[in-house]
Amino acid sequence: MAAQPKPQPSSALHEIERQIAELEKTPESAGCQEEIERLRQQVEALKKGPEATSKSKTHDAWSRVLLARHPQRPYTLDYVQMLFTDFTELHGDRRFGDDAAIACGLARFEGKTVMVVGQQKGRDTKQKVARNFGMPKPEGYRKALRLMQFAAKFNLPIITWVDTPGAYPGIGAEERGQAEAIAYNLKEIPKLATPIVVVIHGEGGSGGALAIAVGDRVIMMQNAIYSVIAPESCSSILWRDWDHKEEAARILKLTAEDLRSFGIVDEIAPEPAEGAHTDPHAAAEMLRPLLARNLQELSLIPKEELLRRRHERLRRLATFVAER
Amino acid sequence: MSWFRKEKQPLEPPKAKRVQTEGLWVKCVNCKQTLWKKDLEANFHCCPKCDYHFRISARERLRMLFDGGQYTEHDAELRSSDPLNFKDTKTYRDRLKKAEKETGLKDALITGEGLLEGRRAMICAMEFNFIGGSMGAVVGEKIVRAIDRCIAQRLPLIIVSCSGGARMMEGAISLMQMAKISAALTRLEEARQPYISILTDPTTGGVTASFAMLGDLNIAEPGALIGFAGPRVIEQTIRQKLPEGFQKAEFLLEHGMLDAIVSRKELKAYLGRILGFLAASDSQGKLSAQGA
Repeated sequence: MAAQPKPQPSSALHEIERQIAELEKTPESAGCQEEIERLRQQVEALKKGPEATSKSKTHDAWSRVLLARHPQRPYTLDYVQMLFTDFTELHGDRRFGDDAAIACGLARFEGKTVMVVGQQKGRDTKQKVARNFGMPKPEGYRKALRLMQFAAKFNLPIITWVDTPGAYPGIGAEERGQAEAIAYNLKEIPKLATPIVVVIHGEGGSGGALAIAVGDRVIMMQNAIYSVIAPESCSSILWRDWDHKEEAARILKLTAEDLRSFGIVDEIAPEPAEGAHTDPHAAAEMLRPLLARNLQELSLIPKEELLRRRHERLRRLATFVAER
Repeated sequence: MSWFRKEKQPLEPPKAKRVQTEGLWVKCVNCKQTLWKKDLEANFHCCPKCDYHFRISARERLRMLFDGGQYTEHDAELRSSDPLNFKDTKTYRDRLKKAEKETGLKDALITGEGLLEGRRAMICAMEFNFIGGSMGAVVGEKIVRAIDRCIAQRLPLIIVSCSGGARMMEGAISLMQMAKISAALTRLEEARQPYISILTDPTTGGVTASFAMLGDLNIAEPGALIGFAGPRVIEQTIRQKLPEGFQKAEFLLEHGMLDAIVSRKELKAYLGRILGFLAASDSQGKLSAQGA
């Protein structure tokens, strides 16, 4: 996928409205309703103009949600194209199929071979449907694990790229055991004796994100979000409507700063002032030194120690009080 | 002049003679039969007519599984610190207080250690009445501590799941418990100690997508709802009616996700038999010789 040219707000608005119309015409495509709602939010955001997403407001959780889902925000393969060379995509889970919502492949980063794994959203309507809006199915998680195990076998560092609204809630995904697929990744990834760096660069949507987000270092981009549930769903559970999504976004504490304060995220990658979509190349270049440094640091740790620390990192995620 | 005269005082209207039946009878959710509560309790809280498995509390579960209902509880003192300071229509703290009052527990899981059919075992049971059996940092920590004990003392682990999934009020911290518990199960696996997952109605969300699906054996109770996404969410997404029996234990067995469906009445004996198989092989030194 080509890197995005600098977006023009009015043309972006036009494009989204066109996509909404197009999606409304494809009733057979599952998951469309939610996507239409998302696109409507984006229209809303764009209509409000740049001040809605301006720097002064970036601390507002809901504007972070809108930025993380911004239609021009770089997607996984955009970063791959900007930061890596020789990307060679590898397909299939060797069990059932190939899930286009997760892209995997070998590539070079600063000359060294690495394995790249990440959720991929589609840019136009056709791609969105083909990529299932970045919502993986079981075969996606299984492909990811297969290639991460491949990487460990050949001693290659793994870089995962997280950007998904979440796992796909469909009949087939349940039939083929998406719960088992996610769970199995969570049990197997901690065993892989090779450095794993996780970059949460867009939406970190619950279990679908976590299935590829266990690693030695977790980097989160400034305007990315990471949450146990989408603010809209949280609002509909707690208030029985979608009108409280902004408040839900705030109380869920899903921003990069929140996640770092919980110890779930190690480092926050800065973005261009108005968000990564305003200058994808600058965003990628700001990320590059962080990636390089973390990979370098991890490469010096002996394998056993690496695994011990990976377990220890998860073990530490304990917030409770003990009282009689 | 009337033929009959009332010579005596009219009979007193019968005083409140109604027998107290409130709470003694239960209607089966499935077959609608009215059941004598004592019969239901004697039958492991399963309908004597249609075998519908009623939901039971974590305490009741442990009583049923441990010999003589006897066990030692671990980590009962842990409670949530409300890490997000979460407040929607009510505060999370109030929800916790209410749940604690209703269940007598500090969080949605009890860890018990005792004998099952004469063999030592660690059993964690989830309590659905505590905020939907949801998994937050306390559930995560209690399970990981149970795993640590199983590794140190070479005990088998049994987890009885009954949960709506991760606890929203603890945000991403509850999400991370999935990773934390699963990674701990990796260590249990390396120590070659058995882990049996029992999935009961309902087991959904982040609990299914982590420890509930990771048993050496995955065993479910008949008719239990088991899935990742809830049926309502799927229906809304695909805008179709779901097939009959979708996400029921029988559906999962058919799709290869379970080792067996075991009726509650037979569960204790079944687990005893499985632990027996594995203990025999342990005493032959085949399982424990190369422990972590």
